[in-house]
Amino acid sequence: MQALPNYALLWPELLVTALALLVLALDFLVPKLRKRALGYLSAAGLAAVLALSLAFLWGRQESLYEGLFLVDNFSLFFKALFLIVGTFVILMSVDYVDQHLEHPGEFYGIILFSVVGMMVMAATGELLTAYIALELLSFSLYVLVAIARDNPKSNEAGLKYVLLGAFSTALLLYGISLLYGVLGVTRFEDISSKLQAMDSINPTLLVGLTLIIAGLGFKVAAVPFHMWAPDIYEGAPTPVTAYLSVASKAAAFALVLRFFAVALAPAVDQWAFLLVVLAAVTMTVGNLVAIAQRNIKRLIAYSSIAHVGYLLMGVAALSALGSNGLLFHLVGYAVTTNLAAFVVIIAFFNRTGKEEISDFAGLADRAPFLAMALSAALFSLAGLPFFAGFTTKFYLFTAVAREGYLWLVGIAMVNSLISLYYYLMVIRQMYIEPASDASRLRVPALLSGLLAVLVLLIILIGIYPSPLLRAIEAATRAIIPA
Amino acid sequence: MSLLDNHLLTLIVAVPFGGALALIFFPSDRPRAIHYFARAVGLLTLLLSVYTFATYWSKDGGFQFRESYPWLEGLGIGWKVAVDGITVPLILLTGVVLPAGIFMSWNVKHRPKDFFVLLMLLVTGVLGVFVSLDLFFLFFFYELAVLPMYLLIGVWGSSSDFGTFIRTKEYGAMKLVLYLVAGSVLVWVALVAMWVEAGMVSFDLEVLEKASFSPGFQRLFFPLVMVGFGVLAGLWPFHTWSPDGHVAAPTAVSMLHAGVLMKLGAYGILRVGMVLLPQGAQDWMPVLIVFGTINVVYGAISAMGQRDLKYVVGYSSVSHMGYVLMGLATLEPLGVSGAVLQMFSHGIMTALFFALVGVIYDRTHVRDITVLEGLSKRMGVTGAFFVVAGLTSLGLPGLSGFVAEILVFIGTFRTYPLLGVLGVIGAAITAVYILRLMAKVFFGPLGDRWKGLPDAARIETGAMAVLVFFLVLVGLMPWPLLRLIDVDVATLLQRIAGA
Repeated sequence: MQALPNYALLWPELLVTALALLVLALDFLVPKLRKRALGYLSAAGLAAVLALSLAFLWGRQESLYEGLFLVDNFSLFFKALFLIVGTFVILMSVDYVDQHLEHPGEFYGIILFSVVGMMVMAATGELLTAYIALELLSFSLYVLVAIARDNPKSNEAGLKYVLLGAFSTALLLYGISLLYGVLGVTRFEDISSKLQAMDSINPTLLVGLTLIIAGLGFKVAAVPFHMWAPDIYEGAPTPVTAYLSVASKAAAFALVLRFFAVALAPAVDQWAFLLVVLAAVTMTVGNLVAIAQRNIKRLIAYSSIAHVGYLLMGVAALSALGSNGLLFHLVGYAVTTNLAAFVVIIAFFNRTGKEEISDFAGLADRAPFLAMALSAALFSLAGLPFFAGFTTKFYLFTAVAREGYLWLVGIAMVNSLISLYYYLMVIRQMYIEPASDASRLRVPALLSGLLAVLVLLIILIGIYPSPLLRAIEAATRAIIPA
Repeated sequence: MSLLDNHLLTLIVAVPFGGALALIFFPSDRPRAIHYFARAVGLLTLLLSVYTFATYWSKDGGFQFRESYPWLEGLGIGWKVAVDGITVPLILLTGVVLPAGIFMSWNVKHRPKDFFVLLMLLVTGVLGVFVSLDLFFLFFFYELAVLPMYLLIGVWGSSSDFGTFIRTKEYGAMKLVLYLVAGSVLVWVALVAMWVEAGMVSFDLEVLEKASFSPGFQRLFFPLVMVGFGVLAGLWPFHTWSPDGHVAAPTAVSMLHAGVLMKLGAYGILRVGMVLLPQGAQDWMPVLIVFGTINVVYGAISAMGQRDLKYVVGYSSVSHMGYVLMGLATLEPLGVSGAVLQMFSHGIMTALFFALVGVIYDRTHVRDITVLEGLSKRMGVTGAFFVVAGLTSLGLPGLSGFVAEILVFIGTFRTYPLLGVLGVIGAAITAVYILRLMAKVFFGPLGDRWKGLPDAARIETGAMAVLVFFLVLVGLMPWPLLRLIDVDVATLLQRIAGA
C-alpha cells in the first residue's frame, strides 16, 4: 500500500476548485467589480490550467488511492476537452450574463465546479467515485438550468431536471448496489476480473447492469430516457444549454466508455445487444422527432439525441477503433460543431430575444457571417464533407462496421439522410425566406472571434484530422491496450 | 513543366476550390470584380483540363499523373489521384462546361459572390471524384458535389407554374438533395463493406482491386453501387429528382448538374462497381440494361408530353443517360466506349440545351412551348444553336451524339438485340419531339408577343459557340477521344471477363 498518495497529480482539479472559490469570493467581496471581469478571469484560469495540465501530465500513467483516481492519457484527454469547453462556454456566456443575470459569480463559480466534477468523472476507475463526481456535475447543472430566476421557463426546466435527474440517479445507484451485492467490488479492474472468473452471468447482475445502463442513459439522453432533454434545453438559458449539450454529454461518455471498456469488457456479449438496440432506437427517434420542431434549441436537442445514438454505436462495437471513433465524433460533433451552432444562437438571441426557427428568416442578409457559420455547423452535423462531421462520422461508422455491425451503420446512414432534411429547413429559413425585419444584426467582436475559431476548427478537423487522431489514439490506448 | 505534371491533378482540384476560398473574401459590393474573377478561375480550369488531355500519353493508357500522400493511416486512407483514358475526357468535359456556365451567368445579380462560391465548390467536387483513386476521397468529393445544390437551386432557382399547381424551387432543391444523398448512403455501405471484406487495410482503389471478393459478396453489394450511383445518373425509377431539380435550377447550375454531375453517377458505376466487383457486374448487368432501356424510352415519351421547354430538356437528359447506362451494361468494347463517349457528348449537348433555354427564358420569361412561336426570326443565333443541339440529340451523323449512340447501339445489338431495337425506337421518339419542338418554337410564324425580342448577348453567344464547336468537332473527329477511351475500356473488360 502506498504510504502517501502523490497529491501533485490532483492539482488540475484542485486548481479549478480554488478558481471557483476565488470567483465566488470576489463576487461577494468586491461588489464594484465589473461583471464581465469575473467571466474573463474564469476563462483565463481554465486556459491556464489547461496549458499546465498538458505540459506536465501528458503520458503519465499513474493511479491514486488504490485505483480510485487515474491519471492517464484518457483522463487527460477528457480533462483538456472539458477545460477547453469550459473556457469557450464561459466566454460565450459573458454577454448573456451581462444582460440577463444578476449574480455573475454564482454562474461562473458553478460552471467551474461542474468542470471539476467532469474532470473527476473522466479520471475515476471506481463506481462510487464516479457517482460522486456525477452528482457534483448534476447538482451544478440543476442550479445552472434554473439560474434565470425571473424566467418561468428556466424555473420549470430546473424543476424538471432535478426531479428526473434524481430519478435517474436512483436507478444508477440501485444498479451499482446490485452489482456490488453480487461481485463485492466497485473498482473497474476488480469488476473485470470477477466477471472473467464467472462462468455464467447471474440474473441479479444483469438487472444491475441494465439499471446502470438506464441511469447513464438518462445522463446522455438516450431514448427512451431522453424525455427531459428537449424541455430542459429549451427552458435553460442558452449558454447553459450549450454547456449541457456539449460538456455534460462528453463527461457522461467518458465515464461510459471507461466503465464498459475496462470493467464490463468480459461480459460484452451480455450488454452489446442492449446497446445496439438503444443506439438504433435513439438515433431514429431523435431524428424523426426533430423534423417537427419549431424552436431551434429543441431542434438541437433532438439532433443531439440522434447523435448520442451514433456515439452509442461506438460503445456497442467496443474496440480500439470503436473508441477512437467515439472520441473523434464526440470532439468533431459535440465540441466543435454544437458549440459553433450555439454561439450563433446566443448571438442571435442576445440581439433579438428570439429563438424560433422561423425567426432566422433572412439571416443571410441580416448577419451573413452568422448565417454562414450556422450553415457550416448544420452541414457538419449532417455529415457533409469539408466539415468535421463528415470525417468523424466516416471514421466512427467505419469502425462500427468493422465490428460486424454493417446493418446498424446502414440505419445510421439513413438517419443522417433524415437529419439532412431538417438541417436544410433551417438553412432554407436563413438563405431563401425573406426577413420580416431586415435590420442588420451587429455581432459583438468576442462572439465573432469565438465563432471564427470554431468554424476553422470544424473545417480543420474535416480536412486535416491526423493530429487530433493521434491524441485520440493515445487516449484510447490507456483504456484499451493495443 | 515537370513540377506542373507532378501536381497536375491536385492543382486541377485546387483551382476551383481555391477560387471559392478567395471569393469568400471578396467584398460583396464589387459584383464586376467577382464576375471577372470567377471567369478567370473557369478559364484556368479549362486550360488545365486541356493540358491534361493534351499531355496524357494515350499509347500507354492506364493511370497517369499519379500523386499520393498518406492522410489517415489508421484506416488506410490516402490522397491518391491519377487519371486514365476514361477520366481524361470527363475532365475535359468539366473544364469546358464550367467556364461556359460561368459566362452564361453574367446576369446573376442576386448575391453573385455566394453563387460563384457554391458553383466552384460543386465543380471541386466533380473534379475530385474524377481524379480520386482513394474511395474515401471519391466519396468525400461525391458528397461535396451535392452539398451546394440546395442553396444553388433554392436561392437562385425558379419555380414552375403548371396552372393547377406550382412546383416550387424549394421542392425541386430538397428532392434533388435527398435523392442524391440517399443514393450515396447505398454507395457508402457498399464501400465500407468492401473495405471490411478486403481486410480493413486500405480504401485505395488499386489495393481493393487486387482483393478478390467472393461471388456471393459481389452479387450482394453490386446492386448497392449500381443503384446508389445510378440515382445520380438518373437511373429509372429513381430519376424523378432530375427533371424537377434541373428545371428549378438556375442556368449555370442546370448546365453543370445535367452536363457533368450526372456523369459522376455513371462514372461511379464504372469505376467502383465494374472495376471492384467484376463478377457482380456480370450478374447484374442484364438488369441494368433493362432499366437503361426503360430510361431511354420512358424519358423520351415523358419529354414528348411536356409543355415546359426546360422539362423537355430535363426528360431528354433522363433519356440520354439511358444510353450511357445501356452502353455500360453491354460489357462489350464498343458499347462501353460508346457509353463513355456519350457521357462527354451528352454533357456538352445538355449544357448547350440548358444554356439556350436560359437565354430564351431570360428574354421571354416564358417556357411554355405552346406560347413560344417562331423565335428564330428574332433570335437567329439562339435558333441556330438550338438546331445543332437538337440534331445532336436525335443522333444526326456528323455530330457527336451520332458517334456515341451508334457505338452503344452496335454494342447492344451484339448482346441484347431486342433491347437494341427498343433503344433505336427511343431515338426515333427523340427525333419526333425535338423536330416538333423546333418547328413550333423556332420556325413557325412569329408570335405577336415576341416582335421586340433581342437575340442572345455576345457573351452568351461566345460561351455557347464553344459548346457547339465541341459537338461538331467530336462528331467529325471522334478518334482523339476514342483512342483514349478504348485502351482503358479494353483493360477493364478483360478484367471483367476474367472474373
